[in-house]
Amino acid sequence: MEKLEGEKHVKYILSVEKRKDDFESLVMDHLRINGAYWGLTTLDLLHKLDCVDQEEAVSWVMQCYHEDCGGFGGNVGHDPHLLYTLSAVQILVLFDKLDVLDVEKVSNYVSGLQNEDGSFSGDMWGEIDTRFSYCAICCLSILHRMDKINVEKAVNYIVSCKNLDGGFGCTPGGESHAGQIFCCIGALAITGSLHHVDKDLLGWWLCERQCKDGGLNGRPEKFADVCYSWWVLSSLIIIDRAHWIDKSKLINFILNCQDKEKGGISDRPDNAVDVFHTYFGVAGLSLLEYPGLKPTDPAYALPVDVVNRIFFRK
Amino acid sequence: MSSDDGEECLPLSQRPEWADVRPVPQDDGPKPVVPIHYRENFREAMDYFRAVYLADERSLRSLNLTSEVIGLNPGNYTVWHFRRLVLEALNADLHEERDYVDRVAERFPKNYQIWHHRRWLAEKLGPKAADKELEFTKKIFTIDAKNYHTWSHRQWVLLALGGWDDELDYCQKLIENDVFNNSAWNQRYFVITKSPLLGGLQAMRESEVSFAIKAILTNPQNESPWRYLRGLYKGDIEQLLSDNQVPEVCLQVLKSGRNFLFALSMLLDLLCFGFQPSDEFKRIVEGLTNSESSSSDTNLATSVCNVLETVDPLRANYWAWRRRTLPSMVC
Repeated sequence: MEKLEGEKHVKYILSVEKRKDDFESLVMDHLRINGAYWGLTTLDLLHKLDCVDQEEAVSWVMQCYHEDCGGFGGNVGHDPHLLYTLSAVQILVLFDKLDVLDVEKVSNYVSGLQNEDGSFSGDMWGEIDTRFSYCAICCLSILHRMDKINVEKAVNYIVSCKNLDGGFGCTPGGESHAGQIFCCIGALAITGSLHHVDKDLLGWWLCERQCKDGGLNGRPEKFADVCYSWWVLSSLIIIDRAHWIDKSKLINFILNCQDKEKGGISDRPDNAVDVFHTYFGVAGLSLLEYPGLKPTDPAYALPVDVVNRIFFRK
Repeated sequence: MSSDDGEECLPLSQRPEWADVRPVPQDDGPKPVVPIHYRENFREAMDYFRAVYLADERSLRSLNLTSEVIGLNPGNYTVWHFRRLVLEALNADLHEERDYVDRVAERFPKNYQIWHHRRWLAEKLGPKAADKELEFTKKIFTIDAKNYHTWSHRQWVLLALGGWDDELDYCQKLIENDVFNNSAWNQRYFVITKSPLLGGLQAMRESEVSFAIKAILTNPQNESPWRYLRGLYKGDIEQLLSDNQVPEVCLQVLKSGRNFLFALSMLLDLLCFGFQPSDEFKRIVEGLTNSESSSSDTNLATSVCNVLETVDPLRANYWAWRRRTLPSMVC
C-alpha cells in the first residue's frame, strides 16, 4: 500500500520556487502567481506553510498588483487578469494578510468585469468563460464585497451553461467538462444557489468519471488525470454525492502518481511531475480525508481553517 | 529616447556592433530535450519585450518581437495583449495576422490565448471570416478531435458569424471517425437545437433517435450515444415512454450478454418513469442476477439495481441508492 510522501512533496515545492531558470519555470512564467497559489496551499495542507518566508511571498504578490486598475497579473510586469487576481487574494488570505489590499479597488476591478448578461470577462479583452464567473465570485466572497456585482444575473448566466447531462460548459452549449463544472458548482455554492442544480443527475455524471484504474477523467471516454481528483471530487462533495465513487481506489490512483524519490505528483503514473498536479493530488487526498492533511474547503479551494477565519472571525 | 537607447532594445543579432559576426548555431544533436540556447533566447527576448512594452512602443519591430516571444512561450497573455495594441496602432493587415495565428495555433493547440486572439481577429474581420475559422478548427480536429478550446471556438463562430450549412454533416463525419468522441456528440446536440437551418429538437427527434440507436448497437459500452438519446427526450417523458425503440435497444444489448451496463441503467430509468416491461425483460435480467439475491417477489427495477451493484462496483453506492429510492409503483 502506497503512502503519501509529504516531506518529499514539501521539498519539491520549495525547490520549484528557487529554480527560476529551468524549462518548467520559464513556460510557467506568465502564470507564476497561479503556481505560487498551488505550491503555497499544498504546503499549508501539509502543515508546512511556515517553511516559506511570509514577508517575501506577500511582497512578491504585491509586485504583481496594478495600482492603476486594482487587478493582479500573472507575474511581475504582466497585465492584470481575473485568474491571477483570484490567486493573489487566495495567497494573501492563506497568510492572513488581506490587510495589505485596497479591498475597494480590487473589488471594483473584479466587479467591473461583469457583463450585461451576468457573465464575466477575464480581462479588458473580453473573453467570457464560466471559469471567470468562479474567479470573480470566489474573490469577492473572500473580500466580503459580493454586493458589488449583480449576483442574480451572474447565477442566471451560469445556469444558462447547464447541459442536459446535468453538467456545465464554458459557455451556453459548451460540452460538460469537469473543470468547468467545478467552477459553476463552486460559484453556485458560494452564492447560495445550489437549488438550480439537479444533484442526482450531475452526481451520476460525475461518478461516471471514475475509470477502472480508480482515477477520474474530465469527460466521457477520456483518460484519468490527477487534477480531476480535485474538480470532480470537490463538485461531488459540494452536492453531497461523494459517496458515489470508490474513494479508496481514487486514493490509490493519486498515490501512484507520486514521484516517490524526488517528490511531486504527475497527471498519471510515471509521468513528469509539476506543481499543478501536486496541488490537485494533495487537495484531492485532503478531500478524501487522508490522514495528516488539513481539511480543504471544496468551494474556496483553501484550507478549512483559512475559510473559517474569513467568515467567522470578528 | 535617443537612437543609442533604441539600438540597445534590439536583439543581439541586430545590433550594429555585432553585424560583422556570423553566429554559429549550436549543435545539440537531432532531438535535444531543452536546448541550452532556448533559455538564453527566452531571457533575452523577454528583456527586450519588457523594454518596448514599458516604453509602449507600438512599432513594426515590436510586432516582430512579440512573434519571437510567442514562439518561445505562447502562454504569455501580456505579449498577446500588447500584440493586439500594436496591430491596431499599425492598422495591420489582419488577413496576414490570421495566417500567422494559423501557424502558431497548429503548434500549440491547447493554448487559451491563441484562441482568444483568433476570436478578436474574427470579430474584426466580420462574417466573411466564418468559413476560414470553421476550416481552421477542422484542421485542428484532425490532430485532436476533442480539443475543448477548439470546440468552444467553433461554437462561438457559428453563433456569432454563421456558417451552419454543413455542421450536421460534419458532426456525422467526426462521429463516424470516432464514435467515442463525446465532443462531437455534444456538437450534434448543439446543432440540432441551435441551428437556424434545421427544424429544432422536436422535428429532428425521430431521425436523431435512429442515429443514436445505430451508434449504441455498434458500441453499447459508449457513454455518449446513451446520453445523447436521453437528451433527445429531455422534458418529454410521455414521448420517451411511447417510443418503442428505446426499450428495444436496451433489450438487444442485454440479449448480447456483453457491455450491457448503460443498457441496464437506461432500463432502470425507463422503469422509474413508469415503463411496463415485457416478460422477456424479466427473464433476461434474471439471467444476469446472482440467484442468491433474487426472489420471485423482487421487482425488475430492484433486480436491475442488484445487477448493477455487482457488475459496476466502483459505483456500488450509487446503485444501492437507486434501489432504495425506487418509486413505489415501479415494475
